[in-house]
Order: sequence, then structure tokens, then C-alpha cells
Amino acid sequence: MSTAATPAPTPAAGVRARRMVDLALRVRELGIIGALALLILVTAVIEPRFVHADSLRNLALNAAIFAILAVGQTLVLITRNVDLSVGSVLGLTAYMSGELLSKHPGTSILVVVALAMLMGAACGLLNGVLVTFGRVPALVVTLGTLYVFRGLAFLWTNGSQINAETLPDGFLNIGTGSFLGIPTMALIALVVVLVVGQVLRDYRPGRELYAIGSNPDAARLAGVRSDRRVCTAFVVSGALAGLGGMLFTARFGTVDATAGTGYELTVVSAAVVGGVAIFGGVGSVYGAALGAVLLGTITSALIVLKVDSFWQQAAVGALLLLAIAFDRLVGLRLDAALRQRSSRRA
Amino acid sequence: MRKSRTPRGPAAVGSALVLTLAVAACGSTKNDSSTSSGSGGASTSASADTGKANPNAPYKKGMKVVQIPKQLGNPYEDIEDNGTKKAVEEVGGTFVRKGPTDAGASTQVPIIQSSTQTKPDAIVIAGNDPDAVAPALKQAAARGIKVVAQDSDVAPDARKVFINQASSEEIGRDEVRLLGQQIGYKGQIAILSATANATNQNTWIKFMKDELTKPKYKDMKLVKVAYGDDDDQKSFQQTQGLIQAYPKLAGIISPTTVGIAAAGRYLSKSPQKGKIKLTGLGTPNQMRKFVKDGTVEAFELWNPADVGYLGGYATAALVSGQITGAEGETFKAGHLGTRKIGANGEVILGPPTRFNKANIDKFDF
Amino acid sequence: MPDLATSSPRDPAASAAGAADGAPPRGRGGAAALLRWEVLIAGLILVTCVVGQAISSQFLTTDSFTTGSLDLSEIALMALPLALVIVAAEIDLSIASVLGLSSAVMAYLWNQGLPIELIAPICIVVGGLCGAFNGLLVTRLGLPSLAVTIGTLALFRGLAFVVIGDASITDFPTDWTDRAFGNFAGTFVPNTIVLFAVLAVAFAVLLHATPFGRSIFAVGANEEAAWFSGLRVKRIKLTLFILSGAVAGLAGVVISLRNSTAAANVGTGFELTTVAAVVLGGVSIFGGRGTIGGVVLALLLLGGIQKALTLSDSISSYWIQIVTGALLIGSVLGPNLVQRAREARSHASRSRGSWPPRLGPDQARPLEEDA
Repeated sequence: MSTAATPAPTPAAGVRARRMVDLALRVRELGIIGALALLILVTAVIEPRFVHADSLRNLALNAAIFAILAVGQTLVLITRNVDLSVGSVLGLTAYMSGELLSKHPGTSILVVVALAMLMGAACGLLNGVLVTFGRVPALVVTLGTLYVFRGLAFLWTNGSQINAETLPDGFLNIGTGSFLGIPTMALIALVVVLVVGQVLRDYRPGRELYAIGSNPDAARLAGVRSDRRVCTAFVVSGALAGLGGMLFTARFGTVDATAGTGYELTVVSAAVVGGVAIFGGVGSVYGAALGAVLLGTITSALIVLKVDSFWQQAAVGALLLLAIAFDRLVGLRLDAALRQRSSRRA
Repeated sequence: MRKSRTPRGPAAVGSALVLTLAVAACGSTKNDSSTSSGSGGASTSASADTGKANPNAPYKKGMKVVQIPKQLGNPYEDIEDNGTKKAVEEVGGTFVRKGPTDAGASTQVPIIQSSTQTKPDAIVIAGNDPDAVAPALKQAAARGIKVVAQDSDVAPDARKVFINQASSEEIGRDEVRLLGQQIGYKGQIAILSATANATNQNTWIKFMKDELTKPKYKDMKLVKVAYGDDDDQKSFQQTQGLIQAYPKLAGIISPTTVGIAAAGRYLSKSPQKGKIKLTGLGTPNQMRKFVKDGTVEAFELWNPADVGYLGGYATAALVSGQITGAEGETFKAGHLGTRKIGANGEVILGPPTRFNKANIDKFDF
Repeated sequence: MPDLATSSPRDPAASAAGAADGAPPRGRGGAAALLRWEVLIAGLILVTCVVGQAISSQFLTTDSFTTGSLDLSEIALMALPLALVIVAAEIDLSIASVLGLSSAVMAYLWNQGLPIELIAPICIVVGGLCGAFNGLLVTRLGLPSLAVTIGTLALFRGLAFVVIGDASITDFPTDWTDRAFGNFAGTFVPNTIVLFAVLAVAFAVLLHATPFGRSIFAVGANEEAAWFSGLRVKRIKLTLFILSGAVAGLAGVVISLRNSTAAANVGTGFELTTVAAVVLGGVSIFGGRGTIGGVVLALLLLGGIQKALTLSDSISSYWIQIVTGALLIGSVLGPNLVQRAREARSHASRSRGSWPPRLGPDQARPLEEDA
């Protein structure tokens, strides 16, 4: 995976190199936007109903939860780790939100949000500690907690289910309502993407995640508190999965212990399609969120085009393979260009 | 670089793969009618212990009944299983409920096998897939455990009695009649079912399609059968997909409680509320909100608790030797009175109830 | 191409292996540690037996073995080649989807009137082709296998639905389904487990007693070193992916016959259970370390726990997932903590002595610790 390793050869070339990498990333995001535009355009030409407000609203609603989860996943992936437990954390927090509100319908929605995110963050902290302090590979830790959290959700629910009838309308409106014509859930997702995106792009803690992912040893030598940063990435991923869980309950209204089963692979796919390298150091949350939107749009487009939904999964898989193959080729080119440049300077 | 080495080991493993298969292979088995008809025939295991029925035999003391639902966490099944529990306890038996966490075809198999090991007197099952569970049920029967299917049948040679909610034909045809009335016998319609293998669903859908061939329904066109897998979220998204794909859709029939509730929830928040008619099989408690807000005009269901209750009494009668599962035998079923076993070991509960704005508040299940 | 996963700082085994001694790089103490691991799992199996018997008097019976092992047949089959793939520092998450595709192809061909004797080999070949597709993407394009096989996980499952749709085929001949469901020649061992045993021996020999097997360890421990010492790394990896696919194809045939149901959705989610079994068996997720024996023991342990919990009338079967997950993490965490404690002790004794200040990368350690 040499796409991940693009450290600047000399300090002087460093700025330039970073600019090039930045440019490459931006081109990558533009690429997804292009693909998205093309997909919507083609579908709209064949079936004009696709771009009606109602249909676009559904599109945004479907992608919102995945976009939020993909943002958290991106942070973890950038540090050269992975969080497979997000689906189970979502299930656990979704049920918690539903249980809380159906037992105490008067609970403030902000309290529900806070509790869901706190619970998710606690799950993330467990993952993070096991990975950093326990030195257990993230793949193993989060595969294990995928089972543990899901099992806990089942034990807790004991097979029962929460129905929309028992939930307050104010809460359900988060899932269906809109503000200035834009669905509330999409707005929440947008805020999450922008805030985390800026932190990752322009602030020290964010940049350090890239350093850890590109070259863990070098990052440590440079004084990056890598264990703490990795832990934080897991905590944020867990907290966002908690937020996703609460939104899941608001959107679907009916929750049982199976909520979010299998989401982990879709979320990783969305991030990777969005240009996040699975072995760290490369990618942005904007790309990952766009990846989630693209995957959601493919699903909707295939439905509108009356293509059997069977093709959807195959298309998602093929798209993922295309994306990583493309990244690999671009990465090789970029490497070559950087090498050439630095040798010219020498 | 050494180029000469060819990996022999993997080739050896590969040939082991082929060999093990070849060992098992003897004689060609094709999908022609002669061989496949043999698989559906009556098995010896089910009739191995067919003694004479003694309608007056006392209930066996302390009988142990294991109930295996399609999946845990389905509210409809919970109600049904509580009915079975009530019946079993009324005759002094003990009741254990074990189920899989999802309604996949084979998820019930390990539970049947483990239950068999604990040697209960009977297993009551709602089958997820009629054939996948059959071998395990036959094993149980071979050890003297009585098998009763309720709600969703299993292969007929793998059980003694099947408790049917209502005549499958009647349910299928009635759903179409109900929707026809609501949409003025005109327009595109779709069906939102559970899993593609669910026996009860497929039988109903067969009769729905048959009903639609009548001249009365010549302007109604079935455009799609979608499967929500009895998964709330998937059913929700399938509804959304149906409406996007078929903008002229006039009505949806969802003959599953999970499906109709999810579809109702989607429609109640969408611009098509009240325009696209929704009907099917649902529980009054889940549908009350949608009937009152005008999303749904009317839907149907039998009382699931009664299905389970009838199943419990049939089981008790089987275990105690009052019946053997043969056509024409009768047994007492608590508050449901005396019931008769029909053709193919089926016991029918009765016609379903229609629920609408006027009567829905009288029901609580 | 250097694989970053093998050089991760978080794996003491991988970084210690290879360079340190000239011996075949097996990491962390070599055979002795492996032996200890297997003894530990065997101990856990014993504990399971005792607890299981306490839960239900039916636990220690041949019945339990028959039904418990039958449930795990396909996962057990797929775990064997997956262990090899993981030892070579790669991963294959597409196996369950290959199983689904194989089942779908089986249903399709059966509808076309082909005999099972012909369908089964075709399904294995289809599986092998899927594996080759994975392998070529990983070796020729240099893509990370984790990403590739997440992609093909979706792709192959999607293709399975394209082949057969929502339909399922249940009219397989009873002599075949009985064979897949039944026991071997009057014993209590299911036929599928006999098949597994045969393959387990074959894979054990392949991994532990052939030059090819040794080269798998070498590739997994240090790919570059393996390449420089003349091993055909790409060829080896490609072969492993093909084996993994072929066995998953076979597992698809087995599960379809065993359940008398062939459909596109069978085995959804099996990939993670299989990975869990392999890792629990002591195979390092970073490659270079592991045994088939460990994997077999881990499967026994998982099967035993599942059986004990399903036999119980009072304990919720939901505990299966929790116990499995905790075991999985514990299997890696335990040895790591022991190692950490040992390191700390040697660190302490070293600083007590009059060591000259060490130069080199280790100097960074205090920096990291006080930060």
C-alpha cells in the first residue's frame, strides 16, 4: 500500500508535497461528485421523477446515518485501524434511545442525544483502550466487540421490540421533519461532516491522525501522543455511532436488537469508495460522506430504474473495487511524481 | 528467482477435495420428476408410532412442550406463543420457548436438535422454511417427540398436525377483495411479503394471484411482489422503493404484521398518505395509529393468541394419545370448544376479523 | 510490495520475527508458545465440558457432538484455507459470499436438470474462480486484501442474487440431503465432519510438512525477505486465495444439501464467525504464526460453548455472542498483557544495573511515555 506512504522527502519539498497530496485528495472528492452528478443525471433523464423533491428527500434521509457513521470510521481508518463494531454500537444505542423515550416520553431530546453519544463513546473507549493499551489488533478487537455489543443488545431487549406508537411525535419528527425544506437528519449529518472535516483538516489533533497512519514510528518519534490520539479516534467513532443509533430510532420508529446489523461493512465501503485508504494516512471525511451518499444514490437509482434490487449489491461491490484500483493507480503516479520532483531538487 | 518450484501441496489438497466428493457419488441424481417426487412422499418416521387414538384418554401429567417461533422479538409471535403457553399450562404441562434471532431458513435447525436432546414430549414450531427444518423434525419424531406446526407449516411428513389461522385460500382471496373495494377495482397494486420462502405467505400470494384473474379485477394489475424479510427496516425501505419505482401505484397488500406496520409508518409520513391504499394482515395495536390517521382504511387478522391456544391443545391431545393427527379426529380446545382435524392434518381456526375505524378500539392485541 | 499490516508497530510478534534470528520466523518464542496456546484452548474446552455438563446432563453425549458439530460444518471447512490465508498476512472476507454464490449456482444448475455429481464440481470451480479473482486483484494490482474482499463480499453476494433471485430450491434428492445431514457409517460422526477431518489433515500436512507450507510462514512473517530469498510470493498468495474460494464453494454445496435449501442468502455473516474461529485458534492476524491444530481446537471450543448454551432452558442463547466476542479479544489480549508485564520487569531490572544510556530509536520511548 504505497498510497498511504507519501512522506515528504525533504523539508523544503514538504510544503509542495503536501499541496500535491491535498490537490490529489480534492480531485478525488471531485471525482465522486462527478460520478454522483452523472448517476443522478442519467437516472433523471430516464425517469424524471427521480429528481423530484420527495425522491431527493428520501435520498438524503437514507444517506444521513451512513454518512455520520462513515465520518467516525474515517478517523479510525486514517490511523491505520478499523472499527467493525459500529453496527452493534448503533443497535445498542438505538434500543437505549427507544427504551428511554417510551418509558419516559417527557425526556428532553437533547438528553437522549447526549446519553446515546455517551454510551457510544464508552463503547468506543473500550475499543480504543484494548487497541492501544492491550496492543490487540483493531480488526480483532472490534470483531470481538461486534459480537459482545450485539449480544448485550439482545440480552437487554430479550427479544422485545419498541414500536413507533410508544415514541413521542416530537422525537419521530427528527426522522421525518425538515428545516427550510432540507430534512433535519441530513442537516445533522452535514453539521457533523463539516465540524469533523475542519478539525481533521486544519487542527493539530486532526493532522496528527494522518501522521500516525502514514508512519506510526515516525509520528511517535516526532512526539505525537499516538496512543491517546488513536483512542480518541475510536471514542469519536463510537459517539457518532451512538448519534446514528438515536437517529435510527427517530427514522424507523421500530427498533429491536438487530438494528444496524451488517452496517459495519457498508460503512467501511462508503469510506473506501470515498477515497479513505484502508491502511491509513489518506482520506477525508468529506470524501467518506460523499461515498455514503453515492452508495445510497446507487440503491435509489436502481430502484427507480426498476433494476432488480439484486444488482444493487453487486454494483456496490464493483464500485468499491473500482475505487481502490483507481486509488492505487493514482497513488503510484503521485509517488512517481514526488520522487521525480525531489530528485530534481537534489 | 527460482522458477522450477510448482506448488504441489495445494494441488494435493485440491485433489482431496475432488476425491471426497467422488467417494460419495454413486449413480446420477437429476432434477427429473421421478426422483424429486420421491422426496415429498410420506416418511415412515412420522407414522412409526401411529397407535389407535383414544379420545377419552386423560392428559399426560407434567408434559413438557418446547415452542420454537420463527424468530424472537416478533410481537405477533410473542402473542401467539403466549397462547400456546396458556393452553399447555391449563392442562398441567410445562412450557419452554426457544427461538432464533433471525428468520433465516436454517436458523431453527440447531434449536430443534438441541430441544430434541432435552427429550420434551412435543415440539410446536412455526416454520421459517418447510424443507430446511424437515430432517431435524423427523429425527425428533423418530425419538417419539410429537411435532405440531402452527401459523406457518413445515413439510407435511415432518409434523402430525398443522394449526392454520384460517383457510389459506380464504385469506388470499379476501385480501384482494378488500383492496379491490378500496381502490375501486382499478390500478397497479403490489404485494409486500415476508421472506421469499415463507410457506404461508407463498400460499396466500398464490390465491391472491388466482383471485386477480377473475374478470372483476381486470383493471387491477399486480406489478411487483417485494420481500421485506419480516425485518422492519427492510420492509420500510421496500415500501419506499415500491412507491419510487411505481409512481402510479394504487394499493399495497402486505400479508405480514411486520410488513404492514412498516409500510403504514412510511405512508403515514409521505405525501401519498391515504392516496395509496394499504391493507393486509396486522395486529390492531400496531395499526391503530394508522387507521385513526387515515393511512389505512381496513385490514384483517385472526386472534394470534387463539392460534397458539389451539396449537397448545392440539399438542396436549397428541401427547396424551387423544388424537393421532388423522383426518376426522376431534379434540377439545379449551375455550375454543371442540375442533376437528381436516385433510392433511390441518386444523383451521376460523375466518379472520376485519378491523377498521369503527371497531379497532374493541381489540387489544 | 511491502504490506503495512505486517510491519505495524502494534504487533510485537511481527516486528520481533524474522530479523532477530535466522530460524523460520514464527514469532514470539516459536513452537513453545504455540504449544502453550493450544494447551490453553484445550484447557478451556475442558472447562466448557464441566460447565456444559452442569448446565445439562445431555451435554456430554454423542448426540451433542453430532448436532453441535453439524451446525459448524461449513464454518469449520472454510476456516482451514482461511487460516493459511491469514498466516500469509492476507485476509479473505468474501468466503461467505462465495458460499452463497455457490449455493445459488447449485440451485440454478439443478433447475437446468444437471445431476448433483456434476453440479458439485462446478460449484467448487466457481468458488475457485472467485478466489482467483480476489487473488489476482491482491497480487497483480497490489490492492490490500481487506478492501478487495470487502468489495467482493458485496459483489459475490450480489451475483448470487442475480443468478437465482429471491427463489430457493428445496427439491434436492433425499439420498443426497440425507448424506449431508446424516452420520458416517453407523457412527455418531456426521458425514460433513468426516469431510472436514479429511481436509483438516490435508491442510495440516500442507501447512506444516511441505516446503509450500514453510513458504507461507515466510511470506507472512516478512514478505520482502521471503521475496529476496527467492520465494514466489505472488504465486503463493494467489494459490491460497484460490484454495479459499474453492473450499467456500464446496461449503456452499454442503450447506445447501444439509439444509435441503439452496438460496442466494445462505451463510450471510459467516465470514466474521470464521475469522473469529481462526484468530481464536492462535493464528496471528498479522501473519506468520498459527497452526491448523489450534484452529481445530478453537472450532471445538466454539461448538462446545454453542451447544451448552442451546441445551440450557434458562440461559439465554444470546450469551453465545458475548462469550465468543470476549474469547476472541481475550485470546490476543491475554498473551499481550503477559508479555507487557514481562517487558516491564526486564526494563526495571535493566535500569537498576549500570547500563550505558542506549542509543537509537528506543530513546523515543520516554518521550512517548511522559507525553
